[in-house]
Amino acid sequence: MTEYVIQVSNLCRQFGEVKAIQSLDLNVERGRIYGFLGPNGSGKTTAIRMLTGLLKPSSGDIRVLNYRLPGQAQNLRLHIGYMTQNFSLYEDLTVTENLRFFAKIYGLTATGRKQRIAELLDIYRLGHKAAQLAGNLSGGQRQRLALAAAVLHQPELLFLDEPTSAVDPENRREFWEQLFDLSDRGTSILVSTHFMDEAERCHKLAIFETGIKRADGSPDELMRQMGAHVVEISSAHLRQLKQQLTRLPEVISAAQLGSRLRVLVKDQVSDPVAFLRQQDSLSAEDRLEKVHPSLEDVFVTSTGAGRP
Amino acid sequence: MKSLRRIYAIFSKELIQLRRDKMTIRMVVMIPLIQLLLFGYAINTNVRHIPVGAVDQSQNGLSRILMQTISATRVVEFVARYASIQQAQSAIASAKVRAVLVIPADVSQRLARHQSVGLGTPPSSDEETSRPVAQWMVDGSDTMIAGAVKSLRSMPLTELLSKPANRNTPTFEVTLLFNPEQRTAVNVVPGLVAIILTMTMILFTSAAIVRENERGNMEMLIATPVRPIELMVGKIIPYMFIGALQAAIVLGLGKLLFNVPINGSLWQLGVVTMLFISASLTLGLVISTLAKNQLQSMQMTVFVLLPSILLSGFMFPYEGMPRFAQHIAETLPATHFMRLIRSVVLRDAEIADMTFDTFWLIAFTVLGLLVASLRFKKTLD
Ligand SMILES: Nc1ncnc2c1ncn2[C@@H]1O[C@H](COP(=O)(O)OP(=O)(O)OP(=O)(O)O)[C@@H](O)[C@H]1O
Ligand SMILES: [Mg+2]
Repeated sequence: MTEYVIQVSNLCRQFGEVKAIQSLDLNVERGRIYGFLGPNGSGKTTAIRMLTGLLKPSSGDIRVLNYRLPGQAQNLRLHIGYMTQNFSLYEDLTVTENLRFFAKIYGLTATGRKQRIAELLDIYRLGHKAAQLAGNLSGGQRQRLALAAAVLHQPELLFLDEPTSAVDPENRREFWEQLFDLSDRGTSILVSTHFMDEAERCHKLAIFETGIKRADGSPDELMRQMGAHVVEISSAHLRQLKQQLTRLPEVISAAQLGSRLRVLVKDQVSDPVAFLRQQDSLSAEDRLEKVHPSLEDVFVTSTGAGRP
Repeated sequence: MKSLRRIYAIFSKELIQLRRDKMTIRMVVMIPLIQLLLFGYAINTNVRHIPVGAVDQSQNGLSRILMQTISATRVVEFVARYASIQQAQSAIASAKVRAVLVIPADVSQRLARHQSVGLGTPPSSDEETSRPVAQWMVDGSDTMIAGAVKSLRSMPLTELLSKPANRNTPTFEVTLLFNPEQRTAVNVVPGLVAIILTMTMILFTSAAIVRENERGNMEMLIATPVRPIELMVGKIIPYMFIGALQAAIVLGLGKLLFNVPINGSLWQLGVVTMLFISASLTLGLVISTLAKNQLQSMQMTVFVLLPSILLSGFMFPYEGMPRFAQHIAETLPATHFMRLIRSVVLRDAEIADMTFDTFWLIAFTVLGLLVASLRFKKTLD
């Protein structure tokens, strides 16, 4: 039987007129990395804040680690870690002072504290910056410090809100290695992002748009069940071609990738290559090739409904 | 136990942040220092050397001697002479002088018959003899100045005519306890402890919660198991030490520079000061939970500070205020502390004799902590 760390049904949150989250149903399994993928303003932060008990839902049920929220938020706090979207450690405290502060807050004993902080400085390669003010760290170092503070008390469940938005690709890869290490040791992780490559690393993910969950499942599942074909066209006149193709009702989108055009065709068209060949705008020397969908294609297809 | 550890965590964090905040540290020392020097030297209710003018209509030797006698009191100083009363009035209006002495042409006759020179005691119904020697025109808009000139009204003029004094026995004998020399600093310096602590303690803590919000630390902090009351207590403890330091600066320098004695016992002084510091700090915390940003917390601090200066008894005696102002004053911790510290420092009073003010400060602190903790919600809504 699968065990869920997060169970949410019919969750809504409004800010005045703005519906930040609309009837969200969500089940997150223990030990997994679950992704929230969505553009700016799609409600990722609002959802995470409700799941950590920081915001009260307008309606709906939330159970996190079997604690009912928002009522039992205080009991939940010892078992979760939260890395906020914006850096929220103390910039006028050093790396060690920040970690020491949160260690005391989480009730670690003096010896446990020393040991754990030394361990974290080592894991997150902050040893040489231990005495530096957090405000003077680089983006990557700050993010490692924030992660260290969030996992200090070895929480069962970790919330990470766009943890890599200010980090270069090199650091991003390393950061994900660390997430997998945590996951291997049994920590359940919920991470929000607007990067496709990150979303693809998650065991499961939910795609958000304007507060609505458009799709969820593992990346493979999502790509398999996308409901559209992907065709790449190599042509000399990509820009005109793109304009003409996007006018067709069967075409969901067409995006230029270097010298090729990536076209998403609805799957009621059984042979998309033949269908595109028929179009006048294509010339004989253009080459067409049906390819495997990427997560970006999934994202475009599933969020297309909301667009005019 | 866990709770204590979390309070200690907040406390040590605040202490480190405070230590790094050079501006605040400077304020901690400079505010009491500068205010003490300013108020200690500047506030003086014994008014002296008021610049005044004279209109001499008699122009004889007697009028000159009269002016010298008045100058000898040091209350006023003659700086100008005017030919006419009109000129004198316009000089008062343009604040060149604060008062003008008008010496009438018949000053010699008036003086000769005046009772203050002691030529018998004529019946008061006698028009001729009951006339004053000369007239003062005073800028009455400043009541202190007016009062000082009024005090000259019945000054003895015996030396003027080198006649033996006909000393009247005063109706009342007045014995001045505690401050026989009537030095203002003796009253001002202990009061200043109350004012400075009101200012700095409320100022520091009123920004305490707001700052965490503004710097974006709050979202992480409230996602931890820390409880509101732990946060509140942890945040005020470092400032208790600061308050004690400031009180020590003011009273210590007050003794050194202005010779203000500390008559009461030091531990009684310590107890009442710590009680007041706690009350002010919790008031600051309540403000901090009400304000949305540091500007608002600053405005609310001023809102409390002004009545604390004006109504607490620091500037004007509490007893002289109208009833409704007294009611407002009673709600301010500064009023109660003003009574306590003046009593302890100047009159060696015992806390046991002032249980009302003491308990009031304790109640204020407890209530303030409660309100601040209840108002502080661990959510972002
Ligand atoms: N405190 C608030 N008051 C009013 N509106 C809010 C508040 N918080 C969020 N919103 C609104 O709710 C919507 C969702 O915001 P949210 O921050 O959850 O998006 P997000 O997916 O985290 O975006 P981003 O990728 O930019 O962080 C937005 O339209 C936002 O303006
Ligand atoms: Mg966000």
